Amino acid sequence: MISVITSLLIGAIFIAAIGQNPLEVYLQLFSQTLGNTYGIGQVLFKATPLILTGLSVAIAFKAGLFNIGAEGQLNIGAFASAWVGFTFVTMPWYILIPLSILAGFIGGALWASIAGVLKAKFGSHEVINTIMLNFIALALVSYLVNNIYPVPATIHTPEISPNAWLQRFDVLTGIFKGSPFNLSFLIALAACLLMYYLLWKTPLGYQINTLGLNKGAAEYSKMNVKKLIMLSMALAGGFAGLGGLNFVNGYKHYLELGFSENAGYIGIAVALIARNNPWGIIIAAIFFGILEYGGLTINTLVPKEIITILQAIVILIMISINHFIAQSRYKKFNAGTANG
Amino acid sequence: MVFFVSSCGKKEGSTVTGKLKVGLVFDVGGRGDKSFNDAAYRGLEKARQELGIEFEYIEPGPGADREAALRQFANRSDISVIFGIGFIFTDEITKMAVEYPDKKFACVDYTVDTSKTLPPNLVAIEFKEEEGSFLVGAIAGYLTKSNKVGFVGGMESPLIKKFQVSYEAGVKHANPNCQILIGYAGVTGDAFKNPGKGKELAMGQYSDGVDIIYHASGVTGLGVFEAAREMKKFAIGVDSDQNDEAPGIVITSMIKVVDVSVYDIIKEVKDGTFKGGRVETFGLKSKGVDYVYSDKNKNMIPDEVRTKVEAIRKEIIEGKITIPVK
Repeated sequence: MISVITSLLIGAIFIAAIGQNPLEVYLQLFSQTLGNTYGIGQVLFKATPLILTGLSVAIAFKAGLFNIGAEGQLNIGAFASAWVGFTFVTMPWYILIPLSILAGFIGGALWASIAGVLKAKFGSHEVINTIMLNFIALALVSYLVNNIYPVPATIHTPEISPNAWLQRFDVLTGIFKGSPFNLSFLIALAACLLMYYLLWKTPLGYQINTLGLNKGAAEYSKMNVKKLIMLSMALAGGFAGLGGLNFVNGYKHYLELGFSENAGYIGIAVALIARNNPWGIIIAAIFFGILEYGGLTINTLVPKEIITILQAIVILIMISINHFIAQSRYKKFNAGTANG
Repeated sequence: MVFFVSSCGKKEGSTVTGKLKVGLVFDVGGRGDKSFNDAAYRGLEKARQELGIEFEYIEPGPGADREAALRQFANRSDISVIFGIGFIFTDEITKMAVEYPDKKFACVDYTVDTSKTLPPNLVAIEFKEEEGSFLVGAIAGYLTKSNKVGFVGGMESPLIKKFQVSYEAGVKHANPNCQILIGYAGVTGDAFKNPGKGKELAMGQYSDGVDIIYHASGVTGLGVFEAAREMKKFAIGVDSDQNDEAPGIVITSMIKVVDVSVYDIIKEVKDGTFKGGRVETFGLKSKGVDYVYSDKNKNMIPDEVRTKVEAIRKEIIEGKITIPVK
């Protein structure tokens, strides 16, 4: 909370510097994001993939790995979901929807596993590998969209079968009218639950936590570290891969190049702010959703570049204040928490 | 809290009722690309000065922002005309036009699908970039001394491919033995705003012996000009007259009169002659696309080349040359 207020105040100086009234800008930002159901729907729509990429980064963090590759995993997963959707058009919805979700998970998981296997078998650093894999993934998806499954004069895949649609909440409930907020949000929440259960309630989660806190201890206690690394990366990729459902199955019903809007990279910030806690990730993702959609709502008053600067300042302050609080608590109680 | 008081800035376009107000949503490159988007902005500016309209604009990111931005304007009671700038708006603007039948919509570079009818409140603006690209290709083909010319595209996509393919055809038409090197800055919308990458691609091509590069890459093209300046080579601009970006280096530019198209639509609305549901095509014939030949650059295009290119123009208009687009 302190960090939010601090960042808003610093942001106000920037807005004032370009000759706008910060109060007016903030009023517009908050009234249009949280002041009506359409705005709330837009925020939650933006938050959905961020929850999943946040989880992806967090689970890797837990195992002591830096997954910078959520962007690539998200794109590969999204393509897999779309491919299932536009290939098996005759399947009924109760098969096609689970299949499309599964394809997203497996697509992301396989892609992340490349970095996972390289790390486990050869010890090559996952940061470099996942970054490089991001470039390859984007190029690969672009090639597939432009050359293998082209739709003339567009930059998107063919449309998926209506049987693969994840319905929009405004169609289902009548509220959030006009916003593409859809059922994939529930999938994101379920993923949070799964991550919580897995990491805190199962032996596997215990092993992953141990690996992340102290690799030496994990090896010493005869854990299969290589297997754990590969498994953690695959899980991380799987979560990120589900992020495409929001746009592909829930909104446009096709994959459009550039749809991910760097959700994979913002996921890193989401995980950092939430300190890898799955419930914190939901809140952090919604916060970023407000920033993302809010930026658009004030664009008629403030140039895009200033909005980007504002967002960056907020992230910086959030992360540093978060860290500061965590540290002072650590000193105070003289005891570490698993969430470090 | 001092700055709260001191900063009561003026709001662009006050809320005088009765004035026509236009909302415009830019393409990914956004304002400041000195090219496509800025051309649309010039149209707005001209309409403000000559027709006394007011306007607001939004620069959205890729993905879901386009629909949200259009909707933001459509929900405003003071805005009556809404523009989408770029082919990428095709689906969203069609949807919005159906959802908001009381508002008027126009889309530059709209991808026309002849099997569907346009909503009655939407004008699709189409440019025949292939005709202009063919002409600048021919100019490059005639002027090259190394028999090697280049092309730098922004995002690899069917639209930019059209520029590339027709440019290649133009080069070959003028100079069948000329070699053409092709480069793309990337595969996402960001590829239109990456001058660093543009410079890198252009440096590579110039080092390979290319002496003229045509770019269709938005802001990325500014990097191509930078490379040309360093290597003392030449470039061809796109969308707007880009001569001022690098005088003496930009031989010519393939211009699309995006500004005129935006202005024309606003004028129609103002005059009450706006008619939706139609496709407005701008080609060589109507001077909707062209290459720049002005006092600033005519010393770079010799008279004999000018004559040959003008002959080609005539043939294209008469339909004697068919230009490939993919």
